Amino acid sequence: MSRPSPSAARLFEGRGLACRRGDRLVFQGLDFELAAGGALVLTGPNGSGKSSLLRLMAGLTPPLLGALSWDGVPVSADPAAHRARLHLVGHQDALKPVLTVAETLAFSAALRETSADRVPPALQRFHLAELADLPCRVLSAGQRRRLALARLLASPAPLWLLDEPSTGLDEASMLDLLAAIAEHRADGGLVAIATHLPLPLPAARTLSLADFAPRRSAA
Amino acid sequence: MTAFLAMVARDLRLALRQGSDAALVVAFFVLAVVLFPFGVGPEPQLLSRIAAGVVWVTALLAALLSLDRLFQQDYEDGGLELIALAPLPLEAAVLAKCLAHWLTTGLPLVVVAPALAGLLQLEAGGYLPLVLAMALGTPSLSLVGAVGAALSLGARRAGVLLSLLVLPLYIPVLIFGVAAVEQAVAGFAIRPYLMILTAFLLAALPLAPWAAAAALRPALE
Repeated sequence: MSRPSPSAARLFEGRGLACRRGDRLVFQGLDFELAAGGALVLTGPNGSGKSSLLRLMAGLTPPLLGALSWDGVPVSADPAAHRARLHLVGHQDALKPVLTVAETLAFSAALRETSADRVPPALQRFHLAELADLPCRVLSAGQRRRLALARLLASPAPLWLLDEPSTGLDEASMLDLLAAIAEHRADGGLVAIATHLPLPLPAARTLSLADFAPRRSAA
Repeated sequence: MTAFLAMVARDLRLALRQGSDAALVVAFFVLAVVLFPFGVGPEPQLLSRIAAGVVWVTALLAALLSLDRLFQQDYEDGGLELIALAPLPLEAAVLAKCLAHWLTTGLPLVVVAPALAGLLQLEAGGYLPLVLAMALGTPSLSLVGAVGAALSLGARRAGVLLSLLVLPLYIPVLIFGVAAVEQAVAGFAIRPYLMILTAFLLAALPLAPWAAAAALRPALE
């Protein structure tokens, strides 16, 4: 498995994006640009569409308007290739109570056609190695979160989409996550993070979702 | 291929560790069939006459019982999102889930069916056709059921909705499955019936995962 080289030119862009959830227009006219090694921090009040934007970037939700492109190629042209280059860590940890920590991660790796030898270092990285054989039902909220984040390392993908990754993490785990992000970026990876906490991410661009809220008519 | 096999292995492991599901389906199958002699009386001729139909109808209902859990758990805990975002096409993932579902519910039904048919005094010539017909028919039940399970995902009273969606689609399998057994008992060839069941399975193999995946995508938005 070759690591992505830092020189690889990568550019993930969105132009004129609008998103609707139910009957409500969440944001409109949103542009973003994320290049190799870049980080995009999504901020905004609850309901301003941070999660929606991440899901839209992941291709789970089609944009109402606008388009996403990767290196200038529309993402919609090859959705499978787009899925192969991203990780989304959402609010849900997607853990099965009866599977062990190691099995959970091995499945995530196999699902992305990655060999299982990335699993032990991923566990090590988030200090889960001593929990490897425990079933997920006995994990604490913070440990569950760490396991969900360990998926990022269990299989390589250039684009990380993280939705409130700090929820439930203690300070040490937060530092682990920040270190993992820094390494990922140094390798030419891209990160988009929705967060309420100010995260110390060097040279990160901030996108305030509130700026793209649709103007309310007096209805 | 790794991803497909990993999906199957994970679902099998989940089913075996959670245990209850597969066992419940078989228990329901046995109990429901056992109720019939109580309901219609113990005359061997009558039971023998209805054996194939009873075993098949009960097998359909038993298969239906486990269907609402096919995607439900993964949908609720975010696992379905993880699967949908994997490079593996969602259609293949659905097929893997159907395979695991059949191995944990359909296959046990096929294994138990001859014993239950014996309980209902099925005539000697009917056992092999029953097993063959069920072996060909039950995978279709899992596949067609997956479409219903995907469509009813997230709906209130999903279980009831699922039965209404899926049971009418099970009718062809039921008709030809029962006919295979009855024709064998009457001394006719069963090949045509088995071929129709095979045709149904071959049609469901590509179509059902495709339809189920199409129904899952909006649920993930």
